[in-house]
Amino acid sequence: MSKEAILNAIRRGLKRGPLPADQRAMLEARLMARPRHLIPARSRVPRPDQIKLFIANVEKEFGTVTRVADAKDIPGAVAEYLSQQNLAPRFVMAPHPELQALPWSDRAMLEFETRRAEASDLVSVQHGYAGIAETGTLMLPSDPTRPTTLNLLAETEIVVLRASRITGPYEDAWDMLRAERQDAVTGGFMPRNVMLVTGPSRSADIEQTLELGAHGPRRLHVILVDDDPAALPG
Amino acid sequence: MVQITSPQFKENAARALADAGLQKALGKAKGAFLQRRGDAVARLPEFEQLRDIGRDIKNHTLANLDFYLETYAANVEAAGGTVHWCSTAEEARAVVLEICRKAGAKTVTKGKSMISEELGINDHLEAHGIEPVETDLGEYIIQLRREHPSHIIAPAFHLNREDWENSFREMHTDLPKDRVFSERRDILTEARTKLRDRFLAADVGITGANFLIAESGSSVIVTNEGNGDLTQTLPRVHIALASIEKLVPTLNDACALLRLLARSATGQDFSVYTTFSTGARRPGDLDGPEEYHVVLIDNGRSNMFGTEFQEMLRCIRCAACMNHCPVYGATGGHAYGWVYPGPMGSVLTPTLIGVDKAGHLPNASTFCGRCESVCPVKIPLPKMMRHWREREFERHLSPVAMRRNLGLWAWVAQRPALYRMATKLAVGALGLMAQGKGAFRSLPLAGGWTQGRDLPVPEGGTFMDRYAKTKRGD
Repeated sequence: MSKEAILNAIRRGLKRGPLPADQRAMLEARLMARPRHLIPARSRVPRPDQIKLFIANVEKEFGTVTRVADAKDIPGAVAEYLSQQNLAPRFVMAPHPELQALPWSDRAMLEFETRRAEASDLVSVQHGYAGIAETGTLMLPSDPTRPTTLNLLAETEIVVLRASRITGPYEDAWDMLRAERQDAVTGGFMPRNVMLVTGPSRSADIEQTLELGAHGPRRLHVILVDDDPAALPG
Repeated sequence: MVQITSPQFKENAARALADAGLQKALGKAKGAFLQRRGDAVARLPEFEQLRDIGRDIKNHTLANLDFYLETYAANVEAAGGTVHWCSTAEEARAVVLEICRKAGAKTVTKGKSMISEELGINDHLEAHGIEPVETDLGEYIIQLRREHPSHIIAPAFHLNREDWENSFREMHTDLPKDRVFSERRDILTEARTKLRDRFLAADVGITGANFLIAESGSSVIVTNEGNGDLTQTLPRVHIALASIEKLVPTLNDACALLRLLARSATGQDFSVYTTFSTGARRPGDLDGPEEYHVVLIDNGRSNMFGTEFQEMLRCIRCAACMNHCPVYGATGGHAYGWVYPGPMGSVLTPTLIGVDKAGHLPNASTFCGRCESVCPVKIPLPKMMRHWREREFERHLSPVAMRRNLGLWAWVAQRPALYRMATKLAVGALGLMAQGKGAFRSLPLAGGWTQGRDLPVPEGGTFMDRYAKTKRGD
């Protein structure tokens, strides 16, 4: 058995046998406690500044952001963005109840289907689970209402995110997922896939020079809904 | 499979120094990584503290790796995935082939993975009638050109834009011959279009892993292009290849190391896609693979425990050491003659293929120490290269002339009066011969040595002279 061979070789090198029960218990306690390490000061700022930091970092990484005051303004913001980019008013949307409940009929020219993405889709609208201010990163976990392909196949991805879902560091976003989600298979919190997305796809493989638009989306646009009174600019 | 040419390092290096195209590519690329890393580090005041934390997390994990591997494997299986433990490259190749065969695979897409290069997965699949398709832009062109990566995060580091254009014209024969690549972007767009169909058609997707997380049973990939994500999302089967030292205990531990990785590697604050995969598609999911396999590979690493090379297992493969290495900067990666180039390769390669074959690599160092000073997990690379030199010397693997000269030097060095006189004479003579130049490009009786390097002209007397002056306070 290679498993035993590998474990034994490691133990031999470490000059010990299998760990005694008390040491195992200590390691299990560390896994439960999952100690946090140093969190950089940059994201430990008041709420309105956290939102500003998130936006500034998304833009630094070549993403774009529109802020809307209310969820009912989202269809208008989508329509406006698509027309600004000279894109047809057509998209594939995540089958998420919050997105499906929006007043899309206000913008009758918008055509969309709610499903996973296919290769022919040019624009996708995804439901953002959390935003991480530290680096302008979106947390996009997979589940039946948030297919992963929406983050990958379309040339343009629009992510709808509530400002109340913006955290400072990555650790806070993971804690949110830990508290809110229970997986049908494992009983734990991890879904099959969690993407942390920071800006649109890019490559520097040609002469170490950055070019946007590799295999994933060429554009990443965030529509940020100001649902958090504490987060509004003073 | 990567042919081992490490024993011919000297010839490889001489050829690399004379290769105008390579020197042009190296000249262009070198500064970019350094500048970007420096800027990223400057933007994060806590960076130095994080390096200590990164080192400690890895040390803790390695000291308890048996426990964390078992915990990790149990959590992968609880999430519906399968873990395949493999002691050797041969075993890992057989496992990958078997999974592909069971899936009835004709084509396999691949995300960038150095362990895949180490194992020789592509040749093995090809030999058995399965077509591997590299999808990282740099790996893609390397595969078209039938070459190997020359850098662990930028596989096409050795190529110029003209090389890309020529290879694309030659290989993409269905496109008009006279098409114009007016910008780098046009090259990128052509690759994107070409690879899209391959992504959709693949039966199996193979990726590497930057980290494995014991707490959740997750494998993590870090990419900028999105090719790794397409590779692991679209096909029916996902295989993640990972060596045993990729383990970290928790997501919080991974967060600390992720703060170091992109900054050290490409000088980004965070890579575009950092993706955590845990098991297969869940009930109700609309996409994702139906099978999730982790091939967990030892291939010589467990032998490093308890040796002076154990600390090398902390490596997170950021490539900062080679980006800052004057030797790598002069020869590029292919001269090193196997999968891992630069300082991390000079330490790792002898452990994996033997110091008898890779003994030149730890000698290809100026001991300037920049690699250690930028390593995000503080691996003492120069110290470990010295350990290899000692082992090589002890095992009588170094050339006779070198052993004889070292012996002569030791004899003189143990006689202080003689040593001082000899160095004084040498400094004086070299100073006269220099005639105002700053460095010698060649020296009589030392042609072998100066062929690959310049000797700076001594300035200001011997060390003992200068030491005496300082003591007198002038």
